[in-house]
Amino acid sequence: MTKKAISLTVNGRQREAFVPPRMLLSDFIRNELEMPGTHVGCEHGVCGSCNVLVDGQAVRSCLMFAVQVDGTQITTVEGYSTEGALHPIQQAFWEEHGLQCGFCTPGMLAAARELLDANPDPTDEEIREAISGNLCRCTGYEFIINAIRSAAQALRDQEIENTLQPV
Amino acid sequence: MASHLDTNVIPPSRQREAPRAGMAWIGQSIKRVEDPRILSGKGGYIDDLKVPGMAHAAMVSSPHAHARIIRIDTSKAKMVPGVIGVYTGEDLATVVDPCPSFASPPVPQHAMAMGKVRHVGEVVAAVVAEDRYIAEDAAELVEVEWEVLPANIDIEASLEATGDAILHPDDRESNKALDESFSFGPVEADFAAADHIIKRRLRWHRSSAQAIETCGVVSQYDAFKGGYTIHANSNFYNFIPFVIGGSLRVSPGELRIVPVLTGGSFGSKVFTHKIIILTAGLSRLAGVPVKYIEDRLEHFTNSDSHGSDRLYDAELAVTGDGTFKSLRFTVLDDYGAYLQFGVGTHGNAMAQVTGPYKIGSFGMRVIAVLTNKCQQGPYRGFGSEVTNWVMERMVDAAAEELDRDPVELREQNMIQPDAFPYMIPTGNIYDSGNFQKVLADAKEMFDYDGWCEKARALRAEGRCVGVGLATCMERSVYGPTEWWSLNNRETPGFTLTSTPEGITARLDPSGKLFVTLNSPMVGNSPETVVTQILAERLTVAPEDIVINYSDSQSGFNGVGPQGSRFTAMIAGACVTASIRLEERLKRFGAHMLQRRPEDVELRGGTVAVKGLKDQEKSFAEIALTSSFFRLSFPDGEEFDSGIETTAVYDHPLSTDPAEDRSHLGIFYPIVGHICHIVAVEVDPGTGKVDMLDYAAVHDNGTIVNPRTLAGQVWGGTANGIGTTLSEQFHYNADGQFTNPNFAEFAMPTANEMPRNFKLGHVETPSPYTEYGIKGGGEGGRLGAPSALTSAIENALSDYGVKIAALPVTPPVLRGLIREAEPAAAS
Repeated sequence: MTKKAISLTVNGRQREAFVPPRMLLSDFIRNELEMPGTHVGCEHGVCGSCNVLVDGQAVRSCLMFAVQVDGTQITTVEGYSTEGALHPIQQAFWEEHGLQCGFCTPGMLAAARELLDANPDPTDEEIREAISGNLCRCTGYEFIINAIRSAAQALRDQEIENTLQPV
Repeated sequence: MASHLDTNVIPPSRQREAPRAGMAWIGQSIKRVEDPRILSGKGGYIDDLKVPGMAHAAMVSSPHAHARIIRIDTSKAKMVPGVIGVYTGEDLATVVDPCPSFASPPVPQHAMAMGKVRHVGEVVAAVVAEDRYIAEDAAELVEVEWEVLPANIDIEASLEATGDAILHPDDRESNKALDESFSFGPVEADFAAADHIIKRRLRWHRSSAQAIETCGVVSQYDAFKGGYTIHANSNFYNFIPFVIGGSLRVSPGELRIVPVLTGGSFGSKVFTHKIIILTAGLSRLAGVPVKYIEDRLEHFTNSDSHGSDRLYDAELAVTGDGTFKSLRFTVLDDYGAYLQFGVGTHGNAMAQVTGPYKIGSFGMRVIAVLTNKCQQGPYRGFGSEVTNWVMERMVDAAAEELDRDPVELREQNMIQPDAFPYMIPTGNIYDSGNFQKVLADAKEMFDYDGWCEKARALRAEGRCVGVGLATCMERSVYGPTEWWSLNNRETPGFTLTSTPEGITARLDPSGKLFVTLNSPMVGNSPETVVTQILAERLTVAPEDIVINYSDSQSGFNGVGPQGSRFTAMIAGACVTASIRLEERLKRFGAHMLQRRPEDVELRGGTVAVKGLKDQEKSFAEIALTSSFFRLSFPDGEEFDSGIETTAVYDHPLSTDPAEDRSHLGIFYPIVGHICHIVAVEVDPGTGKVDMLDYAAVHDNGTIVNPRTLAGQVWGGTANGIGTTLSEQFHYNADGQFTNPNFAEFAMPTANEMPRNFKLGHVETPSPYTEYGIKGGGEGGRLGAPSALTSAIENALSDYGVKIAALPVTPPVLRGLIREAEPAAAS
């Protein structure tokens, strides 16, 4: 099978690769880029565990081919935390017990990030709606909703703090 | 008066640490130790693992429910570039023996089918290739010639099957795997004396846990040493090498099973023996390390974890004043094509079959039925979720027939707080409880009386609003007699009585407590729980405790999280380890302080002289000195270098079943209690159920971490909601499994959950476990179905709808309403 050259930005780093046209984005991320934080739960596009951000939008990486992300910017869970410091959304998931087995969590984080980028102060129903395309079998969702609410607050506080920084 | 229970003597408590007020760490909602690495994507699940030279397997699965394999042609598949090998069941059988089974007599099962397939999805051939894409391409080229046989799908019809419809004709003349009857106490006399006999036929349909991660294995065979290194997401990795080794023809010591972070189990990954044996055999045949991860379809159709699938004919004997006297039933259980745990799910249910009620006798006939479906395995409740629902359905039925208030009838029959330890007719005990307080708290939290009033008013306006309440038991900390106690007494099988849990703990030379667990993390919180208990007992800070996991060669005694056992069991091992470490710390520390060991105590991570300030040695000083300065201590092995111990905890309280099975002994005695109350509105036009309000109060004894316990309750409740409203495996007449995917097997999303969930706790400590801890991993699913069913029935009381089967999906409920409508209209 003829491989195709693609070029993209993954977690801020430029990546070049030759991929077979049929290779799923999820497999490309996990196996070729060796970033196993993106999890594959169903490969039917239902569970949402494989969600990653492509140009800021949460997408099912099991429903895309790697060749389709040529020229895009991708963020996976590996791109959230820096130097051992958790991203405020991750931190909120930790503090609010928003995960148990953690398998669905990267997809939940992507859904939460997409939501909070667009809507920094969502209602609980908006949070619920935003994660209703992600299955979690452990938590019953309530603590995930708490975590996203709390993350929204933390991100708003951070925003205010940044605005107040002297130039 | 002589009783069948007279010989079942309750042993004395082995508790060493009683709960205390003001404990430093037990009872605190500390953040989970496990989370940062998981949150950052570095947890290390099975599919994240790569080993050098690793190949990938893809399976050729049966499209038929029941068929003879006439011929398998692998030649085209073998020609595909990148394919390393293509193997059939006969090939696999050259290197592995049949799967282990707890059933007796066993129902023979091969990891890959030989001669015949017995359910859709059963593996008949496997391709090992350089990558999964190539393996799947090649698997499609394997040609199988079939002779299709009659499929058994119906639980009752399968018992009548003959000829080619028999699943295991070489071993059994029918599709009945087991048929045993039991009578615990004077069942006949109690029924003869009853004023009312309540009868119901109740059906609980098949579903399964469906953790978001499927099962997977990476296996390497070492041809020189003749052993295997196997990474697997199995709960049992330290328990099963003995039996897996038997199938793989190696001794347990030649088998290194390595745990991985596991993406959810809920019972579904307890055993996972078949996938381990299958992948291990392939790695030996192919001569390269092999990874096999089930895809979602394979996990639905072939992962040996389908849940209970039962038909009950139940009877409750009641006196004129509403006193429950006896319960009996005949139960048929559709176990599918094989029987890995025997009828362990019914043994489990014997722990609490009579619920929280004083019921003097209990009788049962249990029939295990073989059908052309994947075999059953555990799913959160392991059978007790069904008997809880049956008991509560019978109580609601009794209330209706006797025209009694369902809550008052429950209260009248409840075991009183002064009656513990309370022995139920099967011989199991309830160690402690205060069911009345749980009920009172739940009613208050929910505003039960207010809601009943409101629901009545809304029904008068024509809306279908109702309230349901369930009072259920949550047994925890099993003993393994439940797996075999219902087997035929002539062929009881492997009558094991040990399911221990152990830890190894040592002080590293810097003074950190380095702890090795023998059970995996499956979404529970093993590291957090152990950290809190050891911090409590040894007076150290949580950040000074480091946790890791053994593999099956370095480990010793672990059975893992299932049956709500882990927290109470590991607490026992932690206390044993702490007692020994304390003794050693004091011996070294006292010598360094030039005191006698009896004059020192543990204080804030130091060994300190009793009654004196500033006379202390930190654990770090003691650890360093005891590790590297041998000449500072006297001769004698009691001062051998280093501070370490391996501790095993067997069980807080268990006894053998009676020889004649007049009782089953004590095997699941640490009982929690739960009360769930829910208000629902049903749309009679569509059958859709909306939860308007929800409250749950759980008594799980002493709580180690309130927040993680709440997570368990919430998650279990979500599972119970799915079981009640939406989740069912469907099969057509040919035995095709028609909804094996997440789109059509409808698990609750955030939108399906109640908006207004209130959770409360009562803490009645167990007198038998360390710190009084009880398990709490299953309660949500053990209570939600009963409460929701009652609420829906109450909401539709004007229609006279009766619910005798779960789940009640919208089409099912709409059908019940449609049937009832003429009656309601007249």
